[in-house]
Amino acid sequence: MNLYELTIQKAHQMIKNKEISSVELTRAVFDRIDKIDHQVGAYITLTQALAMKQADHADQMIAKGKISLLTGIPVAIKDLICTKGIHTTCGSKILKNFIPPYNASVINKLKRAGAIVVGKVNMDEFGMGSSTENSSLKLTRNPWALDRVPGGSSGGSAAAVSADMCLGALGSDTGGSIRQPASHCGVVGMKPTYGRVSRFGLVAFASSLDQIGPITKDVTDCAMVLNIISGYDHKDSTSVPKDVPDYTHFLKPGLNGCTIGIPKEYFEVNGLDPSVYESVTHAIKTIEGLGAKCIEVSLPHTAYAVAAYYIIAPCEASSNLARYDGVKYGARDKTQPSMIDMYRRTRSKGFGPEVQRRIILGTYSLSAGYYDAYYNKASQVRTLIMEDFNQAFEACDVILSPVAPTPAFKIGENIDDPLTMYLSDIYTLSANLAGIPGMSVPCGFSKDGLPIGLQILGKHFNEKMLLKVAYNFEQTTDFHKQKPAL
Amino acid sequence: MEFEPVIGLEVHAQLKTNTKIFCNCPTAFGAPPNTHVCPVCLGMPGVLPVLNKKVVEFAVRMAIATNCQVAGESRWARKNYFYPDLPKGYQISQYELPIAQNGYIDIETDIWKQRVGITRIHMEEDAGKLIHDPARACSMVDFNRAGVPLIEIVSEPDIRSPEEAGAYLRQLRAILRYLNICDGNMEEGSFRCDANVSIRRKREQAFGTRTELKNLNSFKHVEKGLYYEIHRQKEVLMDGGQIIQETRLWDPDKDRTASMRGKEEAHDYRYFPDPDLLPLVISQEWIADIKNDLPELPEAKKARFKNEYGLPSYDAELLTSARELADYFEACVSFFPAPKQVSNWIMGSLLGLLNAEGKTIEQSPISAENFAGLLKLIQEGVISGKIAKTVFEEMAKTGKPPRMIVEEKGLVQVTDVSAIEGIISEVISENAKQVEDYKNGKTKLLGFFMGQVMQKTKGKANPKIVNQVLREKLGG
Repeated sequence: MNLYELTIQKAHQMIKNKEISSVELTRAVFDRIDKIDHQVGAYITLTQALAMKQADHADQMIAKGKISLLTGIPVAIKDLICTKGIHTTCGSKILKNFIPPYNASVINKLKRAGAIVVGKVNMDEFGMGSSTENSSLKLTRNPWALDRVPGGSSGGSAAAVSADMCLGALGSDTGGSIRQPASHCGVVGMKPTYGRVSRFGLVAFASSLDQIGPITKDVTDCAMVLNIISGYDHKDSTSVPKDVPDYTHFLKPGLNGCTIGIPKEYFEVNGLDPSVYESVTHAIKTIEGLGAKCIEVSLPHTAYAVAAYYIIAPCEASSNLARYDGVKYGARDKTQPSMIDMYRRTRSKGFGPEVQRRIILGTYSLSAGYYDAYYNKASQVRTLIMEDFNQAFEACDVILSPVAPTPAFKIGENIDDPLTMYLSDIYTLSANLAGIPGMSVPCGFSKDGLPIGLQILGKHFNEKMLLKVAYNFEQTTDFHKQKPAL
Repeated sequence: MEFEPVIGLEVHAQLKTNTKIFCNCPTAFGAPPNTHVCPVCLGMPGVLPVLNKKVVEFAVRMAIATNCQVAGESRWARKNYFYPDLPKGYQISQYELPIAQNGYIDIETDIWKQRVGITRIHMEEDAGKLIHDPARACSMVDFNRAGVPLIEIVSEPDIRSPEEAGAYLRQLRAILRYLNICDGNMEEGSFRCDANVSIRRKREQAFGTRTELKNLNSFKHVEKGLYYEIHRQKEVLMDGGQIIQETRLWDPDKDRTASMRGKEEAHDYRYFPDPDLLPLVISQEWIADIKNDLPELPEAKKARFKNEYGLPSYDAELLTSARELADYFEACVSFFPAPKQVSNWIMGSLLGLLNAEGKTIEQSPISAENFAGLLKLIQEGVISGKIAKTVFEEMAKTGKPPRMIVEEKGLVQVTDVSAIEGIISEVISENAKQVEDYKNGKTKLLGFFMGQVMQKTKGKANPKIVNQVLREKLGG
């Protein structure tokens, strides 16, 4: 077996037992990137020299018997998460040359746990998109089918994990941006509860929806990374001061007493691909077979989720992205003599079309006379969606559904049709509106051999139940063990 | 036609916390540009605000002192607009649910007493500052001030004249200073005022169209700007014109206001709740704690000075205009319990000295104890009132205790009658002509003899004794 194919857990054991060194592992990962990333295009920035130095340091620590959960493990970071001294582009021309003088809190946590940053991975500009095609810097391809998108916005993270160009990655999820690419690339991804993981240093798209989470090769790795990145951070007022359990503790066989809910509205969606329907219903049967009780639940406001989301998220984005004005950092258009034209040109040239579309949508929705009809109404819908979930979770422990209506689509297929693109977020964005945790685990393949994911949703701060169900499912299947042919 | 002005004021008060409202940068004024900054107050990508609890405490102090209702839950909102001194492209402020509402302050002068309603008080962050260097073809921006905490205090349209506006502002500033939460320095910008002005016919209920006045950078300019604007609006109406709702800028050089932007150009700030900050919840216990810790406020102190010390209104008003001055007065009285005398000397000598040197009472070179000591020396007859002035000047220069100065300089009053008799005999023998004139009825010459004795004793002779002995010796 090639070293780069290892899971985090396996690599951790081998490093601990001194069967391999971190330097060997890290070198193997960079060799792999060298060999295949020209095909996939996951990485925007590689930090090889620094990574090798850190690997060497990790080996010294291991020699001294000092080993943490992620000591010597090479990971990739979505380019929306600030890394001190390392370019953080957000997939945007406007921040192409931005180097933060600080680390995101999750980066400090990963470093304390001994992880090694391989590099920064591609994404839809500022997290806005479902295909990574909205990156202004490069194109990322799906490792399973190079003519298809990897999903998005954390497409680089999912593609890098799927193609074994890192052992695990961090993504961020505002409306499905971890779960959907994980599904499309056949890997495990989790959006934790809003407030579980600090957002400090995560460049904001929509602050009330954004959450950082792991993208990994299997459920155990997901639990390990979640252990490290979770917890209260005084630098993020919206992070929640709640104890972090050892999530690996819940990875035990047996689903007796567990009730799963199937939201009927989710299976009535137009355009739900038969192969997705088949894989997901099959997965539900498998989980039932493991001892779980299956019931039907209702999420009656599902039909309004996309509309509410595409008001709230752009409203917040229009404000969050106002700071990219060419005054302090990032690109500035210097051709214009007047201040207002400097702003206009800087922002028109610096932002891609999808980002501009959302800024305009949000600015409009917040404008005098429209605020009540749009932002306020959407916020009310959001409360109703939250109540839908609260009610559903009175009857069940987790909700199972597809992650996306279809497997990965072809590059360019939907790029001129933003509405279809938005509608493909139907299954994922409700979790962000409600703030609940959601996860994607591989549950099958389409006829064309494209990966399909199963979404598991749970109550606030009930990540452990998601992991337990996912782990039990994973133990009886081998979808996660299959690799793309590259 | 008789018109009545209707004025409402919006005051921005910079709070004297050590650090900024959402980060740990210092708030100190006057540092080199962009040295009191960090990723948070510079609005770098991915950073988040964390509320400074002290700011909330200060705002609650002001809310209680102005009789406002403090909200158990208030919200932070983003005010969105583009300007280079605004690092995030939005200002974190409060909009729909401010921290305090529905208060009032009472203003009292010799002529009138009036209650001015406070609509609301909310917290927000200050912006940076643009620096325009005429020698260069660009503007520069200093972000030291970005994130310095402010409270905005919005009054009801209860003010009816520029003088009332001035009195309201002075009272508001005195309260802020008493609470020790704001410097109240209009010139340095730690206390800023915008005014909404309209006029209406007397006894009419409806408001006229208002204009907003900006750039009122001193108390003088507030009153002058309001006078001008009221007059301007009157003229427009008298000429059959209409007032346009607009923002006008006071030009202190030309002594007039000029239109800055009309209603159509007014910003749409697109306020919405800030998702980076939780709703602000304030417990009743905390409010009660803050209330218990509040100092005595100007109005109460003034009343007490009148009752407890028997001071006239004028003295009480002046001595309570600043908390430190009132404290100084009371410290003096504790050492020398003759309030009116203390008041006279503070108002007459000390404030004159401080004004001349541009100092505040805290910078007084003379401690309260020494100041009281000086008055004690006069009372005990150790020095005369006249010598006291000399001692006072020396105290101002050196800060030494008065008794030490008196001893060092040999200024102790001569009260020994035999010594004074000797000097008076000398004076009489040296001025035979004047003695004769005096005896012939020119009694005004007593002053001349007094002067001669004082000259010989360098002013140290006790004037009472000199007077008495002179009259005896001259047989007057």
